[in-house]
Amino acid sequence: MTSLKYKSWLVAWTFFATCMLLLVLQITYGFIMGFAHMGMDGLHEWIPFNVARATHTNLLVVWLLAGFMGSAYYIIPDETEQEIWSMPLAWIQWGSLVLVGVTAVIGFHFNWWEGRKFLEIPRPLDYLVVVNVLAFLLNIGMTLWKAKRYTTTAMTLLVGLVAAALLYLPGMITFESQVYDSYFRWWVVHLWVEGVWELVMGAILSYLLIKLSGVDREVIEKWLYVIVGLTFLSGILGTGHHYYWIGAPEYWLMVGGFFSALEPLAFLGMALYTVTMARRGERRHDNRVALYWAVGTGIMSFVGAGFLGFAHTLPQVNIWTHGTLVTAMHGHLAFWGAYGMLIFAMIAYALPEMTGRKLFGGWLPEWSFWISNIGMISMTGAFAVAGIGQVYLERRMGLDFLETQEALEVHFLALVMAATLFTIGVLMFIWNFIQYGMPKVAEEAAPVPVAAK
Amino acid sequence: MLSKSQAKWFFLIATGGFSGVFLWLTVDTVMQTPERSNEENLSESVVRGKFIWEDNNCMGCHTLLGEGAYYAPELTKVVERRGEVWMRAFIKDPQAMYPGRRKMVQYDFTDDEITDLIAFFTWIGEIDTNGFPAEPDLAPAPVYVAPAVAGSAPAPDTFSAICIACHSLEGSGGNVGPALDGVGARYSEPELRAWLADPEGTKPGTAMPNLNLSEADLNEITSFLMTK
Repeated sequence: MTSLKYKSWLVAWTFFATCMLLLVLQITYGFIMGFAHMGMDGLHEWIPFNVARATHTNLLVVWLLAGFMGSAYYIIPDETEQEIWSMPLAWIQWGSLVLVGVTAVIGFHFNWWEGRKFLEIPRPLDYLVVVNVLAFLLNIGMTLWKAKRYTTTAMTLLVGLVAAALLYLPGMITFESQVYDSYFRWWVVHLWVEGVWELVMGAILSYLLIKLSGVDREVIEKWLYVIVGLTFLSGILGTGHHYYWIGAPEYWLMVGGFFSALEPLAFLGMALYTVTMARRGERRHDNRVALYWAVGTGIMSFVGAGFLGFAHTLPQVNIWTHGTLVTAMHGHLAFWGAYGMLIFAMIAYALPEMTGRKLFGGWLPEWSFWISNIGMISMTGAFAVAGIGQVYLERRMGLDFLETQEALEVHFLALVMAATLFTIGVLMFIWNFIQYGMPKVAEEAAPVPVAAK
Repeated sequence: MLSKSQAKWFFLIATGGFSGVFLWLTVDTVMQTPERSNEENLSESVVRGKFIWEDNNCMGCHTLLGEGAYYAPELTKVVERRGEVWMRAFIKDPQAMYPGRRKMVQYDFTDDEITDLIAFFTWIGEIDTNGFPAEPDLAPAPVYVAPAVAGSAPAPDTFSAICIACHSLEGSGGNVGPALDGVGARYSEPELRAWLADPEGTKPGTAMPNLNLSEADLNEITSFLMTK
C-alpha cells in the first residue's frame, strides 16, 4: 500500500491520536485523586479533589467520544466505499471538539462549571458541543445519503450517534428541584452509557468482526440486532436503578431492580458473540492484536459493566453501597472493558491499514494488552476492597466518615500500584501507536493537522 | 433459526415498547414528585442554595442523595446529623474543625449564602427517599451511662451541636480533641471562658478552632463544663 485508501482516514487517525493524548491526561488526574485518598493532598491548593474529579471524568467522556468519532470517520468511508462528504468540515469539527474540551478542562481549574455529576461542562460550552455534534452527524449522514449504501453496521452506528446527540439535550434543562435535576440527568448519563453507546459499541464490534473473522456479514449483523435489542429491552427501564433514592416513587425499586438485573444479558450476548465469531471465522486476519482487543472488550464489558453492575444493582444491596467506593469499582472496569478497550481494538485494527505498515503482533502491542488489563483488574480489586470496607464500617456499623476513610488509606496504596501497572500498559500501546508513524498520504493530500506534528 | 428480519423486528419492538413504558412512568413520576419532595417548601432560598451547590461543584467530593464523589461525607441528612449551628461554624472554616485531616476548600461564603445552603440541605433532608440512607444496622447498641452527678444539668444545645463533634463526655462524642470529663476540676471558670473565647490567643498553635461563640453561649457552656 503506497497511500491511504481513503483520505478521510487521515481525520480518523487524528481523532485517534487525540484520544491517546487525552487518555494520558485523564490518567494523570486519576493519580492525583488516588494520592489524595491516601492522605497525600499536596496539590489541594491548586487542584482540589473536585477539580481533579471533574477533569478525570470529563476527559474520559471526551476521549471516548473522540474515539467514536474517529471510528466513524474510519468505518463509514470503508462501508460506503466513499470519501467523507466534506473534509474541511471534518477538520473544523475536530478542531472545535479539541477547543471545547480544552476550554472546559481549564475552566474547571477556575471554578467555572456546572457541578452536576458527569455533566460538569458549563452551559455556554454545552451549546458548542451541540453544534459540534451536529456538524459531525451532518458529515456522516451526508456521506451515507450520497453513497446510497446502507449497511446494517453503518446504520446502527449512525442511529447510535444520533440518539446520543438527542439524549444530550435533557441534560441542558435547568431545574430548581434537585429531584427533577437528577431524574433527567440520568437520561443523558445512563441512556448514553447503558443504552445508545452500546449501539455504537455493537456496530464497531460488528465491523471489526466482519473484518477480522471473515464470518459472513449477514450472520454477524443478525446477531447485532439481537444484542442491541437486548440492550434496550433491559437498559431503558434499567434507568430505574438510578431512581431508587432520589425522591422518585417506590415502584422504581421493582422496575429498576428487575430490568437492570437483565442488563448483563446484553453484555453476555456481546461476549458470546465476539468469542463465537472469532472462533468460527475461517479467513483469519493476520492482525492478532486487534482480535485480542476485540474479544477482550466483549469479555471485559461483561465482567465490568454486566457482572459488577449486577453485583450492586438490586435495591437490597444498593441501599448500602449507593454513593460509596463500590460504585467506583464498577465504574472503572465497566468503562475500560466496554468502551476503552473497544476504541483500543479499533485503533489496533486501523493503524496498519492507515499507515500501510503491516506490522502485526510483536511483543510490544501484545504485552500492552496483558499489562493494561492486569493493571485494570487489580485496580478494580483495590476499589472493591476499599468499597466493601466502607460499606461495612461507615454504612452498616455507623463509624464516622473520616475515621472510615483513614482506615481505607492503605487500599489506595494498592490502587496506585495497580494503576501504575495499567499506565505502563497504556503507555506501551501509545508507544506502538507512535512507532507506526503518520498515515501515508498521496502528494495532493489534505493539510497535515496540527496535532500530528 | 432466527432470520435477520426477525432479529430486526425484535430490536424495533423491544426498543419502541420499552421506550413507551419508560415515558409513561416518567409522566407518573413527575406527577408524584411535588408531594414526595414537599415542593411547597421549595423556597427561593432553597433554590439559591441549589445553585451555590452546583456552581462550586460540591458533588465533586460529596454525595447528595447518594450521587456525587466519594471523597467527602454524604449530605442528604446532614442537617439532622449536625444541626445548623455546627454547619455554620464548619463551612466558615472547614480546616479549623478537622486540623491536619482531609481538607475541604475554603469557600468564604457569606452568611446569607450559608443560610441558603442550609435551607437547601434542610429541603433535601425532607424528601421521601424510600429509606436512603439506611440506619447502620450493625452498630453497637448505645451504652447508657448514668450521669456522674445525680441531677446534673442537661448539656446546652450549642454544646451538643458543636463541641461533641470533636470531644467526648461520659463516653460519647468525637475523638479529635481530648475528653472533657473532669475538665471543671482542672481549670477555673475564667480560664475555661478565656480559652473558649480565643483558643489561639490562649495557646498559640492549638488545633482548637475559634468558634465565634456568642456571650450567652460562652456563659452557658463554661458553667456547664464547670460541673463536669
